[in-house]
Amino acid sequence: MAVADGTITFSPALNSFINEWKEKPGNLIMVLHKVQEEFGYIPREAADKVAGMLEVPLAKIYGVITFYHFFKLEKPGKYNIQVCLGTACYLKGGSNLVDELEGLLGISINEVTKDGKFSIEGVRCVGCCGLAPVLVIGEEVHGKVTKDQLPGIIASYT
Amino acid sequence: MVNMKINGQTVSVPAEYNVLQASRLNNINIPSLCYHPDLPAWAACGICVVKMENSPKMVRACATPVAEGMSIITHDPELHTIRKTVIELILSTHPNDCLKCGRNGSCELQKLAADYGIREQPYEVRLQDIPQDDSTPSIILNPEKCIKCGRCAQVCQTLQGVWALEFVGRGDETRIAPAANLTLDDSPCIKCGQCSAHCPVGAIFERDETRLFLNAVNDPDKHVAVQIAPAVRVAIGEAFGMEPGTICTGKTYAALRRLGADAVFDTNFAADLTIMEEGSEFVQRFTQGGEMPQITSCCPAWTDYMEKYYSDMIPNFSTAKSPMMMQGALTKTYYADQKEIDPKKIFSVAIMPCTAKKFEIVRDDNMQASGYQDMDLVLTTRELSRLIRASGIDFLTLPDESADSPIGSYSGAGTIFGNTGGVMEAALRTAYNLVTGEDLADVEIPAVRGMDGIRKGEIDIKGTKVKVAVAHGMANVSVILDEIREARKNNTEMPYHFIEVMACRGGCIAGGGQPYATTDNIREKRIEGLYRDDSMNVVRCSHENPEIKQIYTDFLGSPLSEKSHHLLHTTYQARPVYKR
Repeated sequence: MAVADGTITFSPALNSFINEWKEKPGNLIMVLHKVQEEFGYIPREAADKVAGMLEVPLAKIYGVITFYHFFKLEKPGKYNIQVCLGTACYLKGGSNLVDELEGLLGISINEVTKDGKFSIEGVRCVGCCGLAPVLVIGEEVHGKVTKDQLPGIIASYT
Repeated sequence: MVNMKINGQTVSVPAEYNVLQASRLNNINIPSLCYHPDLPAWAACGICVVKMENSPKMVRACATPVAEGMSIITHDPELHTIRKTVIELILSTHPNDCLKCGRNGSCELQKLAADYGIREQPYEVRLQDIPQDDSTPSIILNPEKCIKCGRCAQVCQTLQGVWALEFVGRGDETRIAPAANLTLDDSPCIKCGQCSAHCPVGAIFERDETRLFLNAVNDPDKHVAVQIAPAVRVAIGEAFGMEPGTICTGKTYAALRRLGADAVFDTNFAADLTIMEEGSEFVQRFTQGGEMPQITSCCPAWTDYMEKYYSDMIPNFSTAKSPMMMQGALTKTYYADQKEIDPKKIFSVAIMPCTAKKFEIVRDDNMQASGYQDMDLVLTTRELSRLIRASGIDFLTLPDESADSPIGSYSGAGTIFGNTGGVMEAALRTAYNLVTGEDLADVEIPAVRGMDGIRKGEIDIKGTKVKVAVAHGMANVSVILDEIREARKNNTEMPYHFIEVMACRGGCIAGGGQPYATTDNIREKRIEGLYRDDSMNVVRCSHENPEIKQIYTDFLGSPLSEKSHHLLHTTYQARPVYKR
């Protein structure tokens, strides 16, 4: 067992989900999804714990979570601002929104503000190109966003 | 067998072959950088593409099973162009520093570039800027040179079951590394070096310490005492064009003297000594009801693995040190006494088939039993062959010389330590004598010989059945050890009394520091070489080696004596799989 193991607690729901999926083939990605749902990212301790519970080598877990962009290795901000950089949003100025957010929050893309509140992430098409350019914060989608609106959007989360 | 056509010629090939194997069987070489006969095919490099009749697209020969009536074209101008492009693309992410690379002259990519006449660099070169991992004493991982063929990860995972290495990241950021941004030293790596032996390029390479040897022989105050491992003698010749399995013991001694060694010993002597200690330990456990089964401990990669993954087996581990470490401790005590040399001035060197041995000499305080660092330096077979060449020594015309006394002679049992099953056979030859006071009528024990990953046998010691198992290739070991855990859990009879484990497939003869391009065919030839060395030896059992008798009379007293325990035995401790 890794040294780091045992320093993290999974919710009963997560534990029972893992136990339910334990013997099923192709379970690793399913389980990692649930872990990320619970923690917002895949902490090292959680990866260790999953490795132990599923009897999967830790290296295999890291192979998976570094391959898929969906999985995060660092804890995102409380409000993770996902800026769509799919084709339509990109053409409509998605990357300008990133620049503006970086300026407003004083962080670069994939970084977290010091108070842990905000992070910025560039994502692939989120599937509502009619609203381009789009930001997704938590479950909320902000469409046809302009630079001027950004301070207001940020303020609404504080 | 199935019938198929290769380049228009009808051939008959084994049904389980892939197209690449079928072609090579018929002396048509399809190039490949990722395929290796030791490993499953996974079609990473793309150089082995061939044309297949009735297929609209080209297929990768390594990942295409043969089929009845199949017709393939392996070489034509179009395929030539495609392969050349693949090579050029690989070279666009590979540093152009062959002259300064450890694999200069033995690199598979370099050879393909030469064969395909690469003269230009048509694609922009983009190198990955990732620092080297030189955290272990054994191997150095240089991601910049990696061509992502995946052999190292496959061998680490499939053959060794260690999972230190994995593909991390994706796209042009893909790299081979341990989990969680850790270094190899913090990872489960057991330092076996099979990754370095399978790497087609210079991305994973043994830590080259030849300079330390040259410095030592150049120092008039140092008395350089060198030992050579059993497996080295049947492989080093390959570096000089000899057939695998050619016994080069005498030539290797001669080469070492010409390189400046003051004394040349043989690890086989200490292998005999290991048998005396480990065999006595076994007989003691067996007859006095000690912890069973006993498990061999000569392989440092295996010891590392056990401490990480099976530390519940520590009581089962033989406390006997590896032959190399015994030899080191005796070089700086017994030999130093006899020759009246200040042990402080002795520089002890071991020529080993193994990269893990570089780690073993510094693994813990038990490795300083003489009061000094027992072993100062380990060079692999590959490093020694480079030294020999660089020193202008014509290995092929060297005379056969003998080792020095009093720790240089060996029995046939000592020499077979270098192959899977050999330690077990050697131990049984002596255990039989220790129990019965008689010698085996036939010292050869076929039940423990061969190349099956796991072999089991029963040896009759005058009516008492001794159940033994042999495992090689680290991934095979868990099968045996899980049986032990199961028996322990259920409180049932232990399935074995004695277990031999070697981390590398085939044993030390195919260790991570041996000449490149090792396959099962070559493994078998090297093993044959060691069995030949055994059968040519007049003395076949460790307890009959006159120098072994001598050292017990003059110095150690008896096996498992207090002195033996101090110098020749060690302890183990549970270690985490990941240090961090």
